[in-house]
Amino acid sequence: MLNRRYKLWATLAVLAAFHGAILFAGFFAPYGYSTQDRALPYAPPSQIHFVDRQGEFHLRPFVYGLKDDPENYGSYVEDDQQAYPLRLVVSGSPYRLAGTFALRTHLFGTDSPGRLFLLGTDGYGRDQFSRLLYGGQISLAAGWIAAGLSILFGGIIGSLAGFYGGWLDDVLMRGGELFLALPWLYLLFAVRAALPLEVAQWQVFLLLIAVIGLIGWARPARLIRGIVLSAKERNFVTAARALGASDAYLLRKHILPQTYGVMLTQMTLLVPQYILAEVTLTFLGLGVSEPMASWGTLLSSLQQYYVLVSYWWMFLPALLLIPVFLSYYAAADALQERVKSVAL
Amino acid sequence: MVPMRGLVPISLLVGFACMFPVQRAQGVQTKEERMVTGSAVGQPGGTITVAVRSDPKTLNPVLAVDESTREIIDCMNADLIHINRETQKTEPALAKSWSISRDGKIFILHLRRGLEFSDGQPFTADDVVFSFQVYLDEKIHSPQRDLLVVGGKPVSVKKIDELTVEFQLTEPYAAAERIFDGLAILPKHILETAYRNGTFSKLWGVSMPPNEFAGLGAFRLKEYVPGQRIVLERNPHYWKADRAGRRLPYIDQLVFLFVPSEDAQVIRFQAGDTDLLSRLSAENFAVLQREQTLRGYKLEDLGPGLEYNFLFFNLNNLTGKKLPEIERKQAWFEDTGFRQAVSAAIDRDGIVRLVYNGRATPLWSQVTPGNKLWVDSSLAAPPQSLDRARELLRTAHFSWNSTGDLLDARGRAVEFSILTSSSNAERSRIATLIQDDLTKLGMKVHVVSLDFSAMVDRLLNSFDYEAAVMGLASGDADPESEMNVWLSSGGTHLWNLTESKPATPWEAEIDRLMNQQQVTLDYKRRKHLYDQVQQIVAQELPLVCLASPHILVGAKNRVGNFHPAILAPYVLANVDELYVH
Repeated sequence: MLNRRYKLWATLAVLAAFHGAILFAGFFAPYGYSTQDRALPYAPPSQIHFVDRQGEFHLRPFVYGLKDDPENYGSYVEDDQQAYPLRLVVSGSPYRLAGTFALRTHLFGTDSPGRLFLLGTDGYGRDQFSRLLYGGQISLAAGWIAAGLSILFGGIIGSLAGFYGGWLDDVLMRGGELFLALPWLYLLFAVRAALPLEVAQWQVFLLLIAVIGLIGWARPARLIRGIVLSAKERNFVTAARALGASDAYLLRKHILPQTYGVMLTQMTLLVPQYILAEVTLTFLGLGVSEPMASWGTLLSSLQQYYVLVSYWWMFLPALLLIPVFLSYYAAADALQERVKSVAL
Repeated sequence: MVPMRGLVPISLLVGFACMFPVQRAQGVQTKEERMVTGSAVGQPGGTITVAVRSDPKTLNPVLAVDESTREIIDCMNADLIHINRETQKTEPALAKSWSISRDGKIFILHLRRGLEFSDGQPFTADDVVFSFQVYLDEKIHSPQRDLLVVGGKPVSVKKIDELTVEFQLTEPYAAAERIFDGLAILPKHILETAYRNGTFSKLWGVSMPPNEFAGLGAFRLKEYVPGQRIVLERNPHYWKADRAGRRLPYIDQLVFLFVPSEDAQVIRFQAGDTDLLSRLSAENFAVLQREQTLRGYKLEDLGPGLEYNFLFFNLNNLTGKKLPEIERKQAWFEDTGFRQAVSAAIDRDGIVRLVYNGRATPLWSQVTPGNKLWVDSSLAAPPQSLDRARELLRTAHFSWNSTGDLLDARGRAVEFSILTSSSNAERSRIATLIQDDLTKLGMKVHVVSLDFSAMVDRLLNSFDYEAAVMGLASGDADPESEMNVWLSSGGTHLWNLTESKPATPWEAEIDRLMNQQQVTLDYKRRKHLYDQVQQIVAQELPLVCLASPHILVGAKNRVGNFHPAILAPYVLANVDELYVH
């Protein structure tokens, strides 16, 4: 019991840490998501040194500047003439913290013109680490919005179908099957092509995410219908009905509370699923546009052969996403167990 | 046999001639007037394998449209006058020489004597006349027909004798010699019946038996395996020879593999499955370069090709189109000062470095330095200058607010979107760099990638766009092939497709210069006219030209006589001279 509770809180703490870093990306990221350094496209992750070329140890870590490798076009070597110490809490490019407060303070950084690229840079010389954090804002928002919409509509439709049964149940559930069979990819292409260009790209993107979320109501609806179906036959529900409770009262007070656990678990399962849907959308050119970052745009550069074989650090964002997804699934797992124990 | 004939007494020969005139004619015919090529003498035998993007759609040279099909068909056929891909000038092919009348309207072509099709049948003026009859037949719908219509009238073709053909134009046409390039001469003896019966279009589909085909090219059909490969074999009757007198081509077989994407072609080349590789992207070039010596191939950067990439604004007349937002923004786009400011703010060197890995050349007009005969090398190449851009905007009555946003004369913020095709990664990246550059001027720019067909629909039909990044590449170096872009009535006059007459004085001037160069036969005077067009383009910027990617190719070390060209078919430009060590 204690172990179970501990597991839930631990996963929630990890998730909170990820979300905090992403929500306050401006503070944690050393650069802006669109800051280009045209002299340094595809620069590898900065090596952080404690010992300099003379063999001297420094307590404060530092990075060297990069210069073009004269022997190998397109790659870089460290220039030991320029060393830049790393510093905590530095003043850098302006940003808005969580979209509200204008600030210039970053958690860490290095002296200009030195550059600190924890995960290297992309083809425009933009810091991949900063883009990973900023990109999380878009991707997580996409996941939460779509998952929320799916659960909301799935919950409403599922409980109506389960509670009233009969022809309404038939119509809604067959409708759900129709939605599952829909080739939604083409629908999304059609939606994108039909929109006028004045609509800002992020609005288009939100619209597409909403479409995906709405299409996804069928699965949660089936689950919730099942729970409602069994809940409405329980003795205390029958008793309440016998005492003259209205349908709305029964749903609100007795039946829906039984579904909350499942909804929560579904939510934690759906969020990473929709984050991946965002990645797919971007892969197909339907995601947010340059220069905005999302996890999809970070991964979409991997479709090119030369990136795959030449720049290993472009894989790092993909690797760093694994713990995020794992914590979501672990949270869903822990929630599931908790819901079960409560129900028992 | 030939030395034997030399020993026959002359009197006897004359006597024979009187008795058997037919035999004499044949005797003359076998004295073949071969073309001798200049490159190094190679070794016969072997196979060369090369990848193309897709299966050929047809093997009928009159109907071929797409690039893969043309690439294969061109190896199986020959033209009368050929454009040397190296010098970009015309040179004799099936016609050994030609003369032009003083008014530039009549061309007399003298054909090589004693040539044979790949099935051994003789080639004569009748085949030429028949071929042009087919190309010009409107019922056949040949894509090449347009080339043969000069000044609204089709070229007329007349046989003078067995080896002489006369072509007549209704008006002088500067690029007349070049229209013969790529026009395959067809075997009348095989195709005539089908042509008379009206079944020509069904002829020579991809699944035809190899023995039904005959051409004058270096190779003939051997085998076609759908979805996998097409195998061509050496044409034993080919009409070119090397300096040592050996009949070309050297290789026994030329195999085309169907590999649909560039990345897949790179991997096949890296694995050693193909011998030649063309149209590499700069990044894949860098990937291959690292293993160059290890794997036994060489890569070449041939410098800029003819492709030019550019940014342009929607200057179409939008009345009645219900696009008020775009119409409002056209007030900026139509301002030359605005376009010049945009051009000045663009970091072309950054595009070359970041998008093309350094393997491109920055451009300020539509003609690339790869077009040796026509580029105006005196054109100014100003580097990026934000100060100059701001100066130009100030002169054009733009201003900035306290947060640095650019405002027009009416105080409205300058904000627009740039359209690119999501299938072209390079142009999307160009757009992203431009966006960043223009942000520094206080403009708010959005990059919108659409799939190619959706983009083309907006550019050509609905005009529902503000600006776009595109590229064009003409097949030939001659300014004639650019007519449809620069004439105000042209079908590729992208920035303003709806003009009934030139919308601006400088477009009228371009029209005049382009029409003038078309009928000017003297190269120097023509060049002067086209230089002026380039100067107007660089000044008025209907297309803000950005960069021309280099043509990057590769070949295995075992391929000899590898002389690739910046013009299509690149590595196959001298396919008849290639040999295998």
